[in-house]
This record gives sequence, C-alpha cells and structure tokens, in this order.
Amino acid sequence: MRKIEIITRPYKLEDIKKALTDAGVKGMTVSEVKGFGRQRGHKEIYRGAEYQVDFVPKIKIELVIDAAIVPTVLKAIEGAARTGEVGDGKIFITPVEEVVRIRTGETGKDAI
Amino acid sequence: MNAADTAFILISAALVLLMTPGLGLFYGGMVRSKNVLATLMHSYVLIGLISIEWAILGYSMAFGSDIGGIVGGLDYLNLAGMDKPNDLAKTVPHLAFMAFQMMFAVITPALISGAFAERVRFSAFLLFSLIWAICIYNPLAHWVWGGGWLAGLGALDFAGGAVVHMSSGASALAFCLFLGKRKNYGREPFIPHNLPMTILGAGILWFGWFGFNAGSALSAGDLAASAFVTTHLAAAAASLSWIFAEWMHRGKPTTLGLASGAVAGLVAITPAAGFVTPMASIIIGLVGGLVCYLGVNMKHIFKYDDALDVVGVHGLGGTWGALATGLFATKAVNEAGNDGLLYGNPDLLWSQFISVVATWVFCFVGTLVILYIVNAIIKVRVNEEDENKGLDVSQHGETGYQN
Repeated sequence: MRKIEIITRPYKLEDIKKALTDAGVKGMTVSEVKGFGRQRGHKEIYRGAEYQVDFVPKIKIELVIDAAIVPTVLKAIEGAARTGEVGDGKIFITPVEEVVRIRTGETGKDAI
Repeated sequence: MNAADTAFILISAALVLLMTPGLGLFYGGMVRSKNVLATLMHSYVLIGLISIEWAILGYSMAFGSDIGGIVGGLDYLNLAGMDKPNDLAKTVPHLAFMAFQMMFAVITPALISGAFAERVRFSAFLLFSLIWAICIYNPLAHWVWGGGWLAGLGALDFAGGAVVHMSSGASALAFCLFLGKRKNYGREPFIPHNLPMTILGAGILWFGWFGFNAGSALSAGDLAASAFVTTHLAAAAASLSWIFAEWMHRGKPTTLGLASGAVAGLVAITPAAGFVTPMASIIIGLVGGLVCYLGVNMKHIFKYDDALDVVGVHGLGGTWGALATGLFATKAVNEAGNDGLLYGNPDLLWSQFISVVATWVFCFVGTLVILYIVNAIIKVRVNEEDENKGLDVSQHGETGYQN
C-alpha cells in the first residue's frame, strides 16, 4: 500500500478528483494549505506599501492506494494537474504499513 | 424653536454616532485577526466613556461661558441650564445641540486609536482617552466653536477639521512615537485581515459624515444642503485621485485605496464644507486624496509605526482642509464665513495657518505629557507575550473568529 500526497493549485481540485475517481480511487482527504516552492509568492499592495507574500494558497490531497495501481494513479494526477508552469506542485509517495477501517476492524487492502 | 431644525439635528446626531461603529469596522478590518475585537473595542467603548464624560463635564468645558478664550465655564456642569437654547443653535433645544456635539467628542479619541492599534493596554487606553478628552478635546472645541481664542482670530472650522481631525492626527503621531513600533514591524508583512469589513466601515463613515458636515449647519436649510453636496463631491473626488495615484505609483488600483481616499476626501472637506462652492470641493477632494496618499507613505520614510495611518489621513487631510478653507472660502456660500485668498483676502489663510500650528503643537505636546503621566500609573504598552498572543485574548479573553 502507498500513501500519495499531492500539493498543487487549488483550482485544479475538481479535475484531480474526477481523474482519481475515474482511475478507481475510492476516497481522499483534502486540506487547504500554504506554501512555496520555485514559484515563490506574489506581491500585495496596501496603501502604497508593497509586501512580498511568500506563502501562497495550495491544496493538499492525501490518499492511500494499492501499490499495484500507483502508475495509473500518477498518470491520472499528472494529466489533470499539469499546466507546464512553475507552481504545478509535487507528488510524494510513501509506503504504508497498515490500514484499519474503524467501523469493521478490517485491515490491509480490504480497508482501503 | 423650529421643528424642522430640531428633527434635522437629532437625525444628524444619530448619523454622527453611527460613524464611530463605522470607524471601528474600518480599523478592525485593517489589523491582524488576533486584534480585531480589541480594535473594535477602542471605538465602541468610547461611546460609553466619552458620552458620560461629556454630559458631566465636557459640554460645559467646551460650550460654557468663556473664560479668557481658553476654556468654557462650569455653567452647564451635569447638564444644568438646558432649559433654554444655546446661542450657537437658537432654533433647536439645547439638549439636541448638546447631543449633536457629544457625538463629535466620542469619535475624536476613537480616531487616534488607529495609531496605537495592536499593542496598547486596554486600561491605560481608557485612562488616556478620558484625560485626553478633558485636557485636549474640550478646550480645543472651546477655542474653535465655543467662543475661544481661535474663533476670535477669525479661523474657520466648519465641522471639525482642527477640532476632530488635526487634533487626532497630531495626537496619533505623538502616541505612536511614544509607544514604538509593533513587534516584528517591517520584518513580516502586516496585512489587513478583513478588507471587506474595512470597506463596509468606510461606507458607513461616508454615510454618517452627512450628519457630521451638513448637520454642522445647525439648521435644515440652504447651508446644510450646500455642506451636504461639498462633502459628497470631495469624497468622490478623493476616492478617484487616490486610486489613480496608486495605480500610477504601484501599478494597481486597490479597494483599500478607494476606501482610504474617500475618507481622506471627507476629512479634507470637513473644515471647509459650509464655506466653499461645490466646484471648489472637487478640487479640495482631488488634492486631499493625493496629499493623504503621500501622507501614508511618509511613515516608511520617517520610520514610525502609525499602524492604521491616522497621521497620514486625518493629520494631513485635516491640515490640507484647513489651509484649503483659507484659499477657497467665499461669503457667497456663507455670509457668516469669510472670503479666502482666491477671493482676494489673504488674512483668512493666515488665520487658518495659525490654527494649524496651534492645533498641532497643542495636541502633540499635550498628548505626550498625558502619556508620560498615564505610563507612570499603568504601562501603556502591553508586554511582549500579550502582544504576541494578540490583544483579543490578552486584554479581553475572547477570540474574534472560531476556526
């Protein structure tokens, strides 16, 4: 099992969700986060004073999937989220030791 | 006694009262979210404190029988002598005039609160505001409106350019110099947490200002209509000149700029509202927006932390308005006024200049003295930990937003 963490542009959320569910993903968790990478931030102006705002709004999507479908899922995410400009974000993949479905006590792949 | 005038003054008084909550919203949106309640409180609590002070003592100090041109006597102490009208407003009940003036006394110290936002101790702020109202506002109102020495000099201040705006601006400068900068000011961006709140506040201020300026005609007639129109046009002109100035300077017209410009125009026209023509008011507004835009950028050059730009907007806007009155005033608008420089009378500009210098010096020095006294009793600035936590939690035990 693998955990996939996607950090990307907020307005891409709906496209990514659709691509993921089409690829067979059953559930995911989304949070609104702030951060910067190579894109850095932007300038804001208040009463004539310029402020550099480094932390820009991003979304973080987390999902746990069977290792076998990782390539399909990555392809789906890239297809939905890529614009080719800086700021498209990153995908992190980590191994997951165990998953438990709280309602039934099922574990492993059955619990995903 | 005139029923129309009475109704007009009472409604105007209510409009001016509404400006103080409006100011609270205007300021409240500009601070960081951890200080929003404390900033609202700085305006709202003064409705309570100054109203009581005004009824007991303030009105008499400002409008009681003149003592040496400096202060009013105690003839109206505890609202005694309200059974016959004041000579300044013969057609309305004395209490109506007193209530109208009360709302001006309330908003003036609230204006100063923008300078010391996000770092003042609430108890010290209360004590300061009370002493400031008694020692600065009441005498100044007497000098200008109550038959004191500035009125005797011929200086014109229709609705409070000196008494309300220059006084709060000069006091704000003294206060933020005394207090020092907010922690991490200049190191991290201090960005307004809720601009829609600020824009709403500016709209309420604009609306209430019709009571402030048109109401200052003290009767429902030609002069009130004239002041109403000049007030509106100046605000309109300044809202445009501010955003076009920043558009050229920084590349974007901002909503905060539009709101700030409107307030700057309202400030600038305040002393002139009942003395100038509508076309003059447009010029006063256009220049007012530019002057105040330069004014708010001055703090970065001189490195003082006037958090919400009281000096730039009220201090400089009020000063420009007072001088503009000396330029554009004409007896064609108001027989009781005077002609300004552009109508062939340089003397008025000189009187206006003296009133500017006197107001700035009196309020700046007076505020510093009061601050040293208050600080000896209660530390005016909160400690570092309380400042980090925010004034909402540290001073009031509340949080503005739950999420």
